Amino acid sequence: MTINTSRRGFLKGAAAAGAVLLVGTRPDGALAAASSETAKFNPFVKIDADGTVTAIVKHFEKGQGPATGLPTLIAEEIGLTMDQIEYEFAPSDPNVYNNLLFGPFQGTGGSTAMANSWMQYRQAGAAAREMLINAAAQSWGVDVSGISIQEGIVKAGDKSAPIAEFVAAASQLEAPAEPRLKDPSEFRLIGNNTVRRKDSAIKGNGQAMYAMDVHLPNQMVAMIKRPESKGGIALGFDDSASKEVKGYINAAVLPNQAGVAVYAENTWAAIQAREALEVEWDMSGAETRDSDQIKAEIMAALDAAPTYNVNKADFAAVSAAIEGADKVIEKTFYFPLLAHAPMEPLNCTIEQTADGDIVLHDGAQMPTGPHMAYQQIFQLPPEKIHIKTMLAGGSFGRRATPDADYQVEAALAFVVTDRSRPVKLVWTREDDIRSGYYRPAFGHKVRVGLDTQGGILGWQHQVAGQSIMKGTAFEAFAVHDGVDHSSIEGIADSPYNIPGMALGLTDTPKATSVLWWRSVGHTHTAYTMETMMDLVAEAAGRDPVEFRLSYLSDTSNPDQQRKAAVLKLAAEKAGWGNAPEGRSQGIAVHKSFGSYAAEVVEVSGDPETGIKIERVTCAVDCGIAVNPDVVRAQMEGGIGYGIGHVMRDQITLTSGAVDQYNFPDYEPLRIGDIAAIDVHIVPSAEAPTGVGEPGTPPSAPALANAINALSGVHVAQLPMEEHGVSFA
Amino acid sequence: MSLTLKLNGKTHEVDAEAGTPLLWVIRDELKLTGTKFGCGVASCGACTVHMNGEPVRSCQTYIEDVEDAEITTIEAVGEDRIGAAVQQAWVELDVVQCGYCQSGQVMSAVGLLSENPKPSVEEIDDYMSGNACRCATYQRIRAGIQRASVILEA
Repeated sequence: MTINTSRRGFLKGAAAAGAVLLVGTRPDGALAAASSETAKFNPFVKIDADGTVTAIVKHFEKGQGPATGLPTLIAEEIGLTMDQIEYEFAPSDPNVYNNLLFGPFQGTGGSTAMANSWMQYRQAGAAAREMLINAAAQSWGVDVSGISIQEGIVKAGDKSAPIAEFVAAASQLEAPAEPRLKDPSEFRLIGNNTVRRKDSAIKGNGQAMYAMDVHLPNQMVAMIKRPESKGGIALGFDDSASKEVKGYINAAVLPNQAGVAVYAENTWAAIQAREALEVEWDMSGAETRDSDQIKAEIMAALDAAPTYNVNKADFAAVSAAIEGADKVIEKTFYFPLLAHAPMEPLNCTIEQTADGDIVLHDGAQMPTGPHMAYQQIFQLPPEKIHIKTMLAGGSFGRRATPDADYQVEAALAFVVTDRSRPVKLVWTREDDIRSGYYRPAFGHKVRVGLDTQGGILGWQHQVAGQSIMKGTAFEAFAVHDGVDHSSIEGIADSPYNIPGMALGLTDTPKATSVLWWRSVGHTHTAYTMETMMDLVAEAAGRDPVEFRLSYLSDTSNPDQQRKAAVLKLAAEKAGWGNAPEGRSQGIAVHKSFGSYAAEVVEVSGDPETGIKIERVTCAVDCGIAVNPDVVRAQMEGGIGYGIGHVMRDQITLTSGAVDQYNFPDYEPLRIGDIAAIDVHIVPSAEAPTGVGEPGTPPSAPALANAINALSGVHVAQLPMEEHGVSFA
Repeated sequence: MSLTLKLNGKTHEVDAEAGTPLLWVIRDELKLTGTKFGCGVASCGACTVHMNGEPVRSCQTYIEDVEDAEITTIEAVGEDRIGAAVQQAWVELDVVQCGYCQSGQVMSAVGLLSENPKPSVEEIDDYMSGNACRCATYQRIRAGIQRASVILEA
């Protein structure tokens, strides 16, 4: 790293205005500091003259915790309490606020918020600390080695002063190139169980502002009337009935003819006016297949030779080994389309300023996506486009689309107006369920051969489904040799040392718009791998935990050891093998997004009269748990999300149209569905890895394994309620 | 039509057509955005408000039916001791994740504790079953209600 360039030109003016210390990085990654908001870089830390410290959070907050976690890193390094730091969301700037794992692209996803911010935000905080200490050293005439900052107070011997005292002087200093980061033994906030979320109070008292809560002066509400099936084209409309609705303004066919925008003075008027609108559609290019047909195509692909030999295995040799095996276990799995259904329906608001700038108010998961799309749509340079990131009411992947779908839709609804009034695009729940982007349907077919000792000889694994990444801007990043990694992640790259693994993949034709859904490919690969492990262990007459551990036995392989450790911890904490009378347990373990999670599900009842989920015990290794309680919350939520959908949810199509409408037929997990969840965190000195997604993959297979242990019913086609299992 | 709405202890003159859900009057007319739109069909509970102290789904409560009622929203429920206890418990336990459903969860939790100060787990699960949380914060909602019950007993 290099030291930033001199800023003496504006130091004088900044000091006069009331100094603000800004610490961040330049586009080349070097730490930089400045003394006023006229700085030519965007900061990670802002310290006002009165000592107010603000963390500039580059990741959006959808509940997963960065509005707490990122300020924690800065507070830790400076030496503040959590009450002494505020947060605000960063502006859209892919040069400074990019996700370090995504390249020059600002965005949240893949459970990377903490993993990519861990060093960056600590360095910014440490640089601010050293600058404040250097300023105090000069002021007090003492050596820096004798100065510390604790709970926002700068201390040296008998001298002490709040950091506010040194902001002006510190803002005149150069940023240190490589500030000293605190040793983990010095951590007071990182890993501290008592650090609370920064956003709890405002979310419990109605003050939290989501994009849905934006009310700009003179705004219109726009809703889009879309075709029943994807691919329909709007030719024209009759709004004579809409005109009867008080508050209706007008309607316009979107420039891409994907629908008709209905404008109204308020949301209720927009809902009614859209309902009343008659649209003439050209459906000649629309999807017409039923989901049964799409499923049949996937199943047929499983029986044919795969397009891709993913792990370059000798398929013939593996097949021959299985043919000659003592026992063969074969199973075919099907995973339906799923909607994300975040609690806050999609929405965003666009306005044009007097200067002709475009401002987007959005729960922006990937600001760079709409930012780039808007340069095209509005024919503006990037600096004329501004994105204000609001709190997001959930996402589970839905707010991050490679084509910035709803932000583009809002822009198209805005460009056809005279732009004198802001336009707030609102989706209803029906729009969300019926017009969405879905977890693609996938099929797996697995054949496993066992030797006479009950060991695996070969594992032939066929996967078929619609690629998420192909045809998107992420293709170059995620598709290699034709293989979309997100279709098969968690199988051949599993830490299990499975002999004779042969993995084939076939992409099936586009069925609908598909998208990553909390834990992406792991949603179906973990289910397949971990229920197969149980079936194979059962056939071998071996205990499911012991059987798995025998494929994680390489003591020189940390990947295997970490996976084995969470498996053992979950089994121990759940009292594996000692379920109370009338209950059965199922276990699953899976690595995803750099983290390891094992879960034991305990069930009672029976599949005919109703299965009751009595308890889920989770063990997770996510490296250093920056906020252990947020980690626990993410595991609890990830488990609920995984289990809720396999219990009863699917999106189906009839003649290309989605059959489901709203929560009554896409039923969310409810409070009574899971009686208890306990989460245990493995102590670690490794850098933090993901927590938003890793709780989800093992939850559903652990449930399936528990039901199988209880009743002998193994569910390989989802959702469970459609395939022989009812829930109490 | 013009009508008078008694909300959070104040009287508001509002102009809305008959059949307008109370939700949209609260959000779009009165600009009180703590009450959330989640489904519009009384299936998620995000829009829960109190009508004469009882939780109702404001997306399925029509404006002409509330003229003589006392409406309380999330913005004012903390002025009541039960509301304050629930909000305190929610912060102590960090119940929220995305938070979008939590106004409705708090309003329902206050409704439950108002009629049943010490609910059992079964009673909590039964009463709260209409409030969906896509983040699945249910463990903590349950614990939050139990904690609020303890706070209120003190």
